[in-house]
Amino acid sequence: MFLAGLIACAITGILILVRIILGETTFDRVLAVNSLGTVIVIGISLHGFYSNRPEFLDIAIVYALINFIGTVAVLKLFSTGSLGRDK
Amino acid sequence: MKSLILFLILLCLWLLISGYYNFLLIGLGIISCAFCVYVAKRGKLIDDEGLPLFFMPRLLNYLIWLFKEILMSNLATAKVIINGKVEPETFTVKASQVTDVAKVTYANSITLTPGTVTTKMHKDVFEVHALNADFGNDVRTNKMDKKVTWLEGKK
Amino acid sequence: MEVIFDIFTGICFFIGSLSIIIGACGLIKLPDVFSRIHAAGMIDTGGTAFFILGMVFQTGWSLVTVKLILIGVFVFFTSPVTSHVTANLARQKDLVPVGKKIGKIL
Repeated sequence: MFLAGLIACAITGILILVRIILGETTFDRVLAVNSLGTVIVIGISLHGFYSNRPEFLDIAIVYALINFIGTVAVLKLFSTGSLGRDK
Repeated sequence: MKSLILFLILLCLWLLISGYYNFLLIGLGIISCAFCVYVAKRGKLIDDEGLPLFFMPRLLNYLIWLFKEILMSNLATAKVIINGKVEPETFTVKASQVTDVAKVTYANSITLTPGTVTTKMHKDVFEVHALNADFGNDVRTNKMDKKVTWLEGKK
Repeated sequence: MEVIFDIFTGICFFIGSLSIIIGACGLIKLPDVFSRIHAAGMIDTGGTAFFILGMVFQTGWSLVTVKLILIGVFVFFTSPVTSHVTANLARQKDLVPVGKKIGKIL
């Protein structure tokens, strides 16, 4: 059952990678990378259950937060050209 | 008062995630939570916007309604993607909430239901992009707007 | 009792898998950025919600359940913010969505 979920996550990851390669604008790619991050969060938790080690959930929490911060940081860098105020 | 509530919330989070209940680790948790509250206070983050306590009495009811709505629009979005008939439309709606937190909650609720996305906001006018005329009509009937105004409870 | 929970988990995983695969297909198929955001939103909400519900059925009540619910809360709070930031930035860079415009847009 968990294996089936992992396989679904893998198929989804491959489909999203197609969009990352095709993507016409930067926003498409950022959006697709963010979705890939969400799928990886699901995958990490599923793998933790599959191998009977629920400690993997801590990694999944950290991955969810880093995914959000990374996406917003890339978009900010793309929009303003810097990550803070220039002195 | 609000600092104390924030401290208690952070401490609960520490205790739930950590899972070890000995003297040293709980002491370290109390120290780090106190430091977080100090940083938040120094950055003037603890106000009605950072900790919207006036949502709390009606929040559970709203969340259940929101989950039902998300489920329905997930089904509708899946249907649209499988059929391949997309007729996107862009329009503006007016938000009737008073505080900024409630406006952000409304915009986030629109974005969270698949099929509608808030693309721009200026004061109390939102520009919404919808996948289909049905999704657009759902937003334009102001059902969610009324619900969030009720959640805010200021009127 | 175990069997009933296993069946519930299976149903939840099935719906979740369907949801993320349809979302990824939509990400490839739909015409422009603004439409693709809806597909990404489907992966973020439908997929995570059902997968986490299925895993909650497996654990029962323990600290692991709390961690699972925390993951759900984080994803549900951060997903609309990323969608909105992407859409807003795309509008600021003068990308105009395809399809009809009703009334005066900002």
